[in-house]
Amino acid sequence: MPNLPALDVAAVRTQFPILDRSVRGRPLVYLDSGATSQKPLCVLDAERDYYLQSNAAVHRGAHALAEEATEAYESARVTIASFVGARAQDLVFTTNATAALNLAAYAFSNATALAARGHRVDPRFVIGEGDSIVVTEMEHHANLIPWQQVCEKTGATLRWIGLSDDGRLDLRNLDSIIDQTTKVVSLSHQSNILGTINPVAQIMEAAHSVNAIGVVDACQSIPHMPVDVHDLGADLIGWSGHKMLGPTGIGFLWGSTEILNAMTPFQTGGSMIETVTMERSTFATPPQRFEAGTQMVAQAIGTAAAVRYLESVGMVEIAAHEHALTAHALAGISQLPGVRVIGPTDTHMRGSAISFVVDGLHPHDVGQVMDAQGVAVRVGHHCAWPTCRRFSVPATTRISPYLYNTLDEIDAGLAAIAAAQEFFQVVN
Amino acid sequence: MDLEGLYQEIILDHYKHPRGKGELTSPLAEVHHVNPTCGDEITVQIATDPAGHLLVGYQGLGCSISQASASVMSELVNGNSIEVAETARAAFVDMMHAQGAGEPNEEILGDGIAFAGVAKYPARVKCALLPWMALRDAQIHANLAESEEG
Repeated sequence: MPNLPALDVAAVRTQFPILDRSVRGRPLVYLDSGATSQKPLCVLDAERDYYLQSNAAVHRGAHALAEEATEAYESARVTIASFVGARAQDLVFTTNATAALNLAAYAFSNATALAARGHRVDPRFVIGEGDSIVVTEMEHHANLIPWQQVCEKTGATLRWIGLSDDGRLDLRNLDSIIDQTTKVVSLSHQSNILGTINPVAQIMEAAHSVNAIGVVDACQSIPHMPVDVHDLGADLIGWSGHKMLGPTGIGFLWGSTEILNAMTPFQTGGSMIETVTMERSTFATPPQRFEAGTQMVAQAIGTAAAVRYLESVGMVEIAAHEHALTAHALAGISQLPGVRVIGPTDTHMRGSAISFVVDGLHPHDVGQVMDAQGVAVRVGHHCAWPTCRRFSVPATTRISPYLYNTLDEIDAGLAAIAAAQEFFQVVN
Repeated sequence: MDLEGLYQEIILDHYKHPRGKGELTSPLAEVHHVNPTCGDEITVQIATDPAGHLLVGYQGLGCSISQASASVMSELVNGNSIEVAETARAAFVDMMHAQGAGEPNEEILGDGIAFAGVAKYPARVKCALLPWMALRDAQIHANLAESEEG
């Protein structure tokens, strides 16, 4: 049994008071961080301090509070961008990761509609019949449906990279999936349902070899491992704040300067303009071009505090800690008769989200019994229904530990699975 | 938490030994409903016999609560008049929205009273209601119920 020297879990847990509560009369074992992470005190304090001291609308107003709020908001941008090796001007704040990915998708459908009316747009974003968009069979709906919609609107064809039985991308026919017709390749860095870490750089290279734009959904990777946007080789990368210890209500889209400059706006309105007349408007440079309306100031500040906290613990240490938890969980599940992992069964190129099915039991019932033991897990199709279909399961139960979880909690989770089998008498 | 309060023996029995599961030979209508949060699925078929009594067939895939509820629905509806079926449906829906309050009527609900405990678990209420919502929809499609009110 490995111990976990690099990360002081007990010290980490003192920063998350919610982990001390009980549910259903049992100590809470929170294994649902893939859905949303818990928040440390420093994040709550940062938001509270902002509201107590500096609350104002940003990028407008000439008063002291507006200046302070703007300074805090833009400083948060620097902090969050640096966390992923990026420059602040290349980081767009969105309301969540879904909005970030829709922003990317709408750049294509909007440019296509504008081009049809004779407007000048970057031709890389104009798409139509005969063109293709490539995703994978393990995408979260947030990185599937926006692209389905672009195809519906433009006549482009959706293609996808299939999966092997152990939950990895089947790259054998990559050359025929990503070809000269391909305008966009969009995939997740780490699957939210399978836990698989994808060879994103390799796929982005394939995309760029045919001059397609590469998009990455990094919701499940950036919170859990060191990520430098440049290493992924993508043009656009979306993720959210609430899965990385930050508040809900904020997401991020990083883009290369050149690509962001080439993109048409998504939502339009206040704050994203350059000049406005009754007839027409011109737009601000990125990132403001994509930040219409009153912004998520407290959420940006809260996420910056989360980033400082993650950096103080260390992303390398967090990844190593999760690796140990994952190895322990996979080994434990393999010892449970009638329980099968959906996704990679070893820790190679794998994150901590582990989906499984229990013979004779529906995931909803498994989750219910686990909840009765105080163990919080996700049940259902995890917004990846086609992935469930690929593995011929209606749904799965998923544990997704994070930096604050312990090996004992993994054991509690394993015991709760066994308790579900016992309750429903599906093992002898 | 009292797991047994949620998973009554009667529910587990209906789950493991579903009553009336299967297809009708000539249905008047067939509907397919899903619970998109957890992927539970049910197909409900409806017909009437020469006496005007309801015949219901179903196929489903899902958790114990949704599948046991379908089995109980079949018991309460199959071979009964539209009025009796509607009384049972209304009583079941009311019970599921009562959050555990009130005393369900066993005369009307039969084994369905075992679901009273489910009403205390908001996440599971949808599971229990899935077959009944599908039944209502199937009746509307077969012109055996008015589409007002749900």
